[in-house]
Amino acid sequence: MDKIDSNLLESIADLHEIPAGAYNIRKNGEGFSRRSTANIEIVTKTDKPGIDIIVAPGTKNESIHIPVIITEAGINDLVYNDFYIGDDADVVIVAGCGIHNSGDEKSQHDGIHSFHIGKNARIKYVEKHYGEGDGKGERILNPVTYVEQDENSVCEMEMVQIKGVDSTVRDTKAHLAAGARLIMTERLLTHGNQYARSDMEVYLDGENASSQIISRSVAKDNSKQIFHPNAIGNAKCRAHVTCDSIIMDDATVSSIPAITANSADAQIVHEAAIGRINNDQLIKLMTFGMNEEEAEEVIIQGFLK
Amino acid sequence: MLKLENVSFKVDVDGRNLEIIDNVNIEVPDGAFTVITGPNGGGKSTLARLIMGIEKPTSGRILYNDIDITNLSVTERAKLGIGYAFQQPPRFKGLTVRRLLSLAAGSELPVDECCGYLTSVGLCSKDYLNREMDNSLSGGEAKRIEIATLMARKLGLAIFDEPEAGIDLWSFSMLVESFKAMSKGSHNSVIIISHQERIMQLADEMVIIADGKVRDKGPKERIFPQLMGEFSENCGFRGKED
Repeated sequence: MDKIDSNLLESIADLHEIPAGAYNIRKNGEGFSRRSTANIEIVTKTDKPGIDIIVAPGTKNESIHIPVIITEAGINDLVYNDFYIGDDADVVIVAGCGIHNSGDEKSQHDGIHSFHIGKNARIKYVEKHYGEGDGKGERILNPVTYVEQDENSVCEMEMVQIKGVDSTVRDTKAHLAAGARLIMTERLLTHGNQYARSDMEVYLDGENASSQIISRSVAKDNSKQIFHPNAIGNAKCRAHVTCDSIIMDDATVSSIPAITANSADAQIVHEAAIGRINNDQLIKLMTFGMNEEEAEEVIIQGFLK
Repeated sequence: MLKLENVSFKVDVDGRNLEIIDNVNIEVPDGAFTVITGPNGGGKSTLARLIMGIEKPTSGRILYNDIDITNLSVTERAKLGIGYAFQQPPRFKGLTVRRLLSLAAGSELPVDECCGYLTSVGLCSKDYLNREMDNSLSGGEAKRIEIATLMARKLGLAIFDEPEAGIDLWSFSMLVESFKAMSKGSHNSVIIISHQERIMQLADEMVIIADGKVRDKGPKERIFPQLMGEFSENCGFRGKED
């Protein structure tokens, strides 16, 4: 592992060295290193690129790291990762993709993830996207996420893209059985001429399923963002969708939260707001001795935390 | 020492020139606790904003410790040791109370110290440290945290714009105690804009601002009894500023 590799790994997975627990590191379109554990098995797919991650029922307090790094220009990496989480398991999954592109050709990673979460199981999934490198080649990430939650399972997903990704189209779908709970948080910062689009559909199919979808974003320079989350209640359920954006410079943000109720007992709420940083917020921090740029940075960092 | 020399502040409203502050001269001596009071809409908050640098005077000079700060920015004045608590504190999504206090202090504050500041404004600290300074806080809670941000700093001049507004009676007594302690210690000079008798009673010096002008100023011993007489004749004087 060289310096670029470890820098990327630290940015996307807070990894300073090889992680404890199960892991699979993918580099430039190929498996780089891997470890399965007694309860977590990572297997290479035979029909297409990617891996199956199989977590045994009842596995508790274990972690799985599956970072992807791309350090060469001109790579177009498509990978399928399928998670099978056994009943009653409780695990943390850290994914993420870092691209270092110093060439002129584009580098692209499309991660197609599916999660099959068993009864009463609980997962926390964290995915970070990060790009760097001084080449003209674009850094493109198009993740597709499919979540299927069995009864009373809990899925907490956090998707973060803070820096350096030129174009992202994110597509997320989830189906929730009775009593299942999904908390999906998306945090995004775009700058330059970056483009980010996120489409989400969350189907609350079972009685007492619940979901909270939170999107927080900052759009700077000439960047463009589009959010389109849709919560669909097919039973007695609860869902809350919030899109909250700070817009700066010449950026464009479009928030289109949608809610659909196919049951009279579905309670679904959405909120959306787009606005500049408020002047009083800046002044307040300036009365602490910060200059305007520092104050802006603190506000953005807090907002995306 | 803070000195305002012939300070005026005019604004254009629909082509009309409105004099919000009209040729004000004030001296705030070092170590003094000064209460600025006066009828609603008289220009008190504008005066505080002029001192902090949020507004710039259209004429006149502001001197702080013999430095002309008239053209200095808010940041520069903050660095000279001037602080300001908003009448309506801004909210920050994602910023915790602990982080805000640390930003105020200029370094990461230990939990104990944060708790101390929160307790002194009547908040049960452990409930608030990790709360976000967002709209989930009530007006009174946000206001008390705002006051705590000034307590977390060691200032040459601390300005509070109606700290009592929106604060319930129970917490108010505690706040008065905190201001009393403050007048004896942490900040060198304190200016409080207030309509509250109990805060006025803490004052060394008082200034009455009405119609943008200084109507009277002097030691509390002289001004306060005079005001009380006025209150009994004209109850409309007291009230909350818009």
